Amino acid sequence: MSDTHHHTHSSADAEIRAKALESLLIEKGLISTDLIDEVVRQYEEDIGPLNGARVVARAWTDPDYREWLLRDGTQAIADMGYHGREGSKIVVLENTASVHNLVVCTLCSCYPWPVLGLPPNWYKSYAYRARAVREPRKVLSEFGLILSEDIEVRVWDSNSEVRYLVLPEQPAGTETLSSEQLIALVSRDSMIGVAHANGPV
Amino acid sequence: MNSIHDMGGMHGFGAIEPEQDEPVFHHRWQGRVYAMAMYTPVPVPGGFRYMIEKMSARTYLTSSYYEKWLHARTQGMLESGYIQAAELAEKIAWFTANPDAPVPERHDAEATRKALSRKAPAAVAGDSNQTPLFDIGRQVRARNIHPPAHTRLPRYVRGRCCTIDAHLGDWPVDDTPPAGQPHAIEPLYRVRFEARELWGDDAEANNALYIDMWQSYLEPL
Repeated sequence: MSDTHHHTHSSADAEIRAKALESLLIEKGLISTDLIDEVVRQYEEDIGPLNGARVVARAWTDPDYREWLLRDGTQAIADMGYHGREGSKIVVLENTASVHNLVVCTLCSCYPWPVLGLPPNWYKSYAYRARAVREPRKVLSEFGLILSEDIEVRVWDSNSEVRYLVLPEQPAGTETLSSEQLIALVSRDSMIGVAHANGPV
Repeated sequence: MNSIHDMGGMHGFGAIEPEQDEPVFHHRWQGRVYAMAMYTPVPVPGGFRYMIEKMSARTYLTSSYYEKWLHARTQGMLESGYIQAAELAEKIAWFTANPDAPVPERHDAEATRKALSRKAPAAVAGDSNQTPLFDIGRQVRARNIHPPAHTRLPRYVRGRCCTIDAHLGDWPVDDTPPAGQPHAIEPLYRVRFEARELWGDDAEANNALYIDMWQSYLEPL
């Protein structure tokens, strides 16, 4: 798996060290088994890019919400019930016919958890962190997104506590789709900025 | 600190390799490390990220993402005195000899509910006693500084000129403060660097970088 690309330590070794730490934290009463279980469950089942897709679909269909989202992303997103860790300030970046936004964290892996969940491995990879700021068009082309030179590419290096979510353009021909159908078009990658939203199926 | 984690602009890491239908956690231990890192109610001395940045470059590069988290959480517990090195070594030896042995369990539904309902610590800690020095649209320069501890000022922008794009309010400076002092609170700016300013003739066309800068990262031209 790609998780193992960068390292030579064995995963089994890490598993043993993780078990040793968990045992000590449990024995010392510093954390409980059910808290660990529930945190894992939440990130595996509840806190993921579907949240962000719901935000985007609402912005596509509700001009007042779109205006609010772009003016105060944190509050407009909290209105959908999404807030918490790595979400104390979320700024939403609007992709348009003339501006394309792309988000990276060169120093580590900052990412808007409440709306996108935990980041994929490629976002955390050394290659993405190193290259996105220096050659974003080349990076985008490797994701299959070739942008003409009259579109300005804005790269956002999330280095402070502010987190960024890209609002992709609504694909043409989707104006009559239902909210559920629109949500299905909004990929995680389109909200990081390495893809467009999908066209109608 | 100028360590390997500060990667913006580097060559040599190869291609980006997205994985189709990637799971949130590839191995069970990774999810458990994530939860222990975020929900153990003991701060990591000096900060979680700084603990990772202090890893040697070789160890950093050869450790997977959640191995770094495991390191920061474990080292933090050792340095804060909650766990002793000898008992940790003993546990590792025991699980090495008994790799399929279960981890002991402790259940506390009430504490779990409380921990999950607790709001994440607010990042905004109040007002700065500094007034914003730079208006929107002003040209400024990122300072060419090389702090030996944690900083959010990446090397690839140091010494480069940018334009103030927005005021983001007052925020605690994430950099390691001087010994014994709290984190300062300063105005935070969003700034824009033109790609040519950062990468010269190698810059791509029609490209700009946006990044956040605390006031002390910036100097007037």
